[in-house]
Amino acid sequence: MKAILVLALRSAWARRLTLGITLVAIALAAALLLAVERVRQDARTSFTQSISGVDLVVGARTGSVQLILYTVFHSGTATNNIRWESYQAIARNPAVAWAVPLVLGDSHRGFPVIGTSRAYFERVRHADRQPLVFAAGRPFAGSAEAVFEAVIGSEVARQLGHRIGDRLLIAHGSSELGPEHADKPFVVVGVLAASGTPADRAVHVSLQAMTAIHLDWAGGAPLPGVQIPAEWVRKFDLQPKEITAALIGLHNRAGVFGVQRQINGFAGEALLAVLPGVALDELWQTLVIVEQILFALSALVVLVGLAGLAATMLASLEQRRRELAILRALGAGPREIFFMLLVEGLLVTTLGVLAGCALLAAAVLAAAPLVQAHFGVLLAARPPATNEVVLLASILLTGLFASLVPGWRAWRMSLADGLTPRQ
Amino acid sequence: MSADALVIRDLVYRWPRQRAACLDIPALTVAAGERVFLHGPSGSGKSSLLGVLGGVALPERGSVTLFGEVVTAFGGRARDAFRADHIGFIFQQFNLLPWLSACDNVLLPCTFSACRKRRAGDPPAEAARLLSALDLARELWPKPAGELSVGQQQRVAAARALIGRPELLIADEPTSALDAPRQQSFIDLLLREAGATGATLVFVSHDVRLAAHFDRVLALAEINRAADGAAA
Repeated sequence: MKAILVLALRSAWARRLTLGITLVAIALAAALLLAVERVRQDARTSFTQSISGVDLVVGARTGSVQLILYTVFHSGTATNNIRWESYQAIARNPAVAWAVPLVLGDSHRGFPVIGTSRAYFERVRHADRQPLVFAAGRPFAGSAEAVFEAVIGSEVARQLGHRIGDRLLIAHGSSELGPEHADKPFVVVGVLAASGTPADRAVHVSLQAMTAIHLDWAGGAPLPGVQIPAEWVRKFDLQPKEITAALIGLHNRAGVFGVQRQINGFAGEALLAVLPGVALDELWQTLVIVEQILFALSALVVLVGLAGLAATMLASLEQRRRELAILRALGAGPREIFFMLLVEGLLVTTLGVLAGCALLAAAVLAAAPLVQAHFGVLLAARPPATNEVVLLASILLTGLFASLVPGWRAWRMSLADGLTPRQ
Repeated sequence: MSADALVIRDLVYRWPRQRAACLDIPALTVAAGERVFLHGPSGSGKSSLLGVLGGVALPERGSVTLFGEVVTAFGGRARDAFRADHIGFIFQQFNLLPWLSACDNVLLPCTFSACRKRRAGDPPAEAARLLSALDLARELWPKPAGELSVGQQQRVAAARALIGRPELLIADEPTSALDAPRQQSFIDLLLREAGATGATLVFVSHDVRLAAHFDRVLALAEINRAADGAAA
């Protein structure tokens, strides 16, 4: 068997060009499959960890996916608001450790504007409880003296070229063409570092600022004949009457279902509390079909690569009939011939898979600085995770199956040809 | 070990899915050390006979006894092992693995058969001795076999068949790819080396003119009753 193993390797080396091309195909296919699997896992992780450290998200009663969509991803709009009194009642619940109010609906040149409290920057976490980090500047003051201050996400800063000290206008509504609160410009006081979360694409201002810019507005348009200049707003009570949603943290996570039940049964108005992790997972499920299609496509590419291997080996068999007959004459049985073909197939598949891993690692290393700059996600060339090892093993197994075909054919051939192959 | 190298009794062989038998040999005996020239036109069942002798084909009936062992009674693996240990083959052409060096080709039987390796003593030295005896220039030994001329390849093939002194040498038209002047010298070389190791030689060819120096000349048509039928 050892003799056959050595001969199998030397024979394969003699045909290194064709086998090499097959190997490259398998390497690319394996790299693709691994890349899709990794992106799938990472996208899912970063998606379901878009928000962490928050135990409950509370809004007016609606669908839980919709609530998450507008509170976490700032996409879509709330149908109803929560009254400030309701928010305060929830915040006073002894089980609640902290609450961060959110007022949504306005935008700045297409980027969503979030009215919130300073606690937002401390409480809202992403990934594995990583806090938002300031690349420059500080949080907005949130005081009556310095109302019109804004903290912008990394993407907003990059795309619009905003820096600390720049002025920006907030438009009413989420459309880029909405009427602007042109009389009340904001000053950029802080820029967040890229986090790979929706915070990158948001402009954060204080609740008071949100109230202030809407003082002279009603029903989504400026009140005709009424104009309250920016310097007068501090004379008004800037406490909002309504907010869109609230993020809540509990003293004890174990009590989350009890608090959720209390909020959902809130007497004052129809509220909905959802566990963000659960809702994000639910939302991801709606995207699962896309990831499955991607996965199926790359699995198909692997199958094509391995079919190419089987085809290459089958084609080479015709030219190797003489070689097989010589081995037979030397005492090799059909078993050994079969084994020789399996060794070849497995060798090419194994090298292909290894090359694929190396290719992916190289691609990750090359792309890492770019990805970090643009998405704030740190790509690391990590060793394959368990599910990836399973994938790699199944490629090898499929490669073994693919080489059963030429192996079986060689077996038949060596039995039929004996010592005198038909040419 | 019996004095007879090869004994065939009532051998009938049929190609798969064919009605007519292509071999029907009631009896054939070759003594140990005998050098036999077996001739017959192509299609007279020569390759079938070689397949049966080599143990890669099983007859429908009858027995083949090689050096006292009834090889037709062996299982497949035992027949393969017997072939590796006791039979050296030389074919018409393309005898060698083109991607191995001439020298490595000669050494191949020693990697397949412990018995032949043992008898070769020091295999690389024995390979060198055989290649020198067969008049192959030393600078050709490390060359890939595919780069040698046909005549050189046949001499390497002869060295490979001879290494480890197998008891039976089977040559199947080994000279047909050579030009006329080289044919006789190759046969002389083969006869000389077979004589030197005391091996039994079965030389198969359609060309009776080459039969001059053999101990015995057999026509396949005389021993094979199926030869005039529809044969392979």
